[in-house]
Amino acid sequence: MMTTQESSATAFGADSVPALEMTDVTVSTLRDPSIELLRDVQWTVQAGDYWVVAGLHRSGKSDLMAVAAGLMRPRRGTVRIFGRELLSGFEHERVDSRRPVGLVFDGGQLLHHLTLAENIALPLEYHEVGNDAERGVRLQSLIEFTGLESSMAQHPAQVSRNAQQRIGLARALALMPRLLLLDNPLTGLDPRDAAWWLDSLDALARGHALLDGEPLTLVVTGDDFRPWQNRAKQFALLNGPAFLALGGREELRAHPEPLLKILLDTPGRP
Amino acid sequence: MQTETVSQPATETSLLRRWRPPRFGVDAVGRRVLDFIALVRGLGAFALITFGVMFNKRAKASAVLRPLIITHIARAGLVLLPLTTFAAVGLGLVIIGQSVSLLSRVVANNFLGTIMVMAVVRELGPLLAAGLLLSRTGAASVIELGTARAFGEVEALEVLGIDPIHYLVVPRVIGMALGLFALTVYLILGALISGYLWAFVQDVPLTPGDYLRQLAGALRGLDFVLLGLKTAAFGTVIALVTCYHGLAQPLSIGEVSRATIGAVGQSIVFCVLLDALFLLIYLVA
Repeated sequence: MMTTQESSATAFGADSVPALEMTDVTVSTLRDPSIELLRDVQWTVQAGDYWVVAGLHRSGKSDLMAVAAGLMRPRRGTVRIFGRELLSGFEHERVDSRRPVGLVFDGGQLLHHLTLAENIALPLEYHEVGNDAERGVRLQSLIEFTGLESSMAQHPAQVSRNAQQRIGLARALALMPRLLLLDNPLTGLDPRDAAWWLDSLDALARGHALLDGEPLTLVVTGDDFRPWQNRAKQFALLNGPAFLALGGREELRAHPEPLLKILLDTPGRP
Repeated sequence: MQTETVSQPATETSLLRRWRPPRFGVDAVGRRVLDFIALVRGLGAFALITFGVMFNKRAKASAVLRPLIITHIARAGLVLLPLTTFAAVGLGLVIIGQSVSLLSRVVANNFLGTIMVMAVVRELGPLLAAGLLLSRTGAASVIELGTARAFGEVEALEVLGIDPIHYLVVPRVIGMALGLFALTVYLILGALISGYLWAFVQDVPLTPGDYLRQLAGALRGLDFVLLGLKTAAFGTVIALVTCYHGLAQPLSIGEVSRATIGAVGQSIVFCVLLDALFLLIYLVA
């Protein structure tokens, strides 16, 4: 049986194609498209990259993720995922083409009428991935990955924000994405939970058994760089309306941008 | 004629002082008409997309969709049975109570069954059932979907490759159409039975056999066909209007109540317009 990852790799071309490519992109807010948050974004994420995009509040991190995931049309410019332009055709026609991208929302954004287990199982069942037994095995491995086995019968409103985000991560991994976007995963977490996220993302970036050992391309947003500076490989800064792709760890530390000092020295972070 | 309002100082905060009489000018009427046309256009597009998805994805994710459809049929039918029973008994009482005194005066009690068919089967039964569905299930749908939209659940579905129309709207349309049909049949049967009981209580000289013969004589084959079509149309319209208002715009929580009010009002308007269309069909046929 061809796995979801194999089929999406076939459909979306070889790994030499950038995982995400933004050309001349202008990002506006979802509620008011006339408000431009970021202009002329030129950004290429190669397969296997681990990017962290940081900026102050309201700098457009979530809107950038929504554009990258194909949820929102950029005001100008083009967005390509594995070489394929997503935002063309009718809305319901574009839904299927988002399959190689996973997005973990700030807060999880789980479906509140489903239990935690049902939230994880939903994409597997909707897309009829494998047979019942295979789906059961995959669901179990995703549940174990979250470390929340005892809470699976509960509904999202009954668990913490951290638990909701972990379920959101497991749900996003269910379809074996090749590019995973995470919006502010460390917001409001205590040091132990933050460490869980950092370690889990490291494992996914290296290649986790959940993804058949394939390294996952990661793009993470955050309020500052401090937790990520020894974890991520590439860094970008949102300093509205500018999108500044800084480069690797050395470039991050050596860059003269004044805002960087604030984002690298933020106290109270692990 | 156009009524102009006089501007008041911004410091006046009293509700009474801020109230202005409604504008009846040509521009206000024109704006209303244009708004209605825009609404019909938006709803039409939404309905076409929904029917397209319903057809194109009819075999997709049946293991997920089937339980949802059953849930929505239950919500549109089974859950409303107690309230519908009460409404059916009341409807039988009202119609028989009003009719018997008049028919007894003109010695025309043999028209009781005909009146019940005309009033309950053709008009009031479907409309009353639609009203019950709208007030309970329809309003709940706008709130659920508006809240889901406000909390970003719709975007979560999209990013998982799950078509929100397929997952959220299609089960509601099928559930409300089938549920309303079943609910209307139940309401009509309940009203016809309760009508006879009220007639019996009022000592109307009418045997159950005569009552059934009157009903059978008044019913035509077209009644059954149009009852099915009318209730399915009412259910579909209520589902589409409520889902449209819940999903069409990115709502904040504060906007959900306004969307619910709009959806309920517009559903009533569209159901009455549909009812008028079916009345024309009766008259022509």
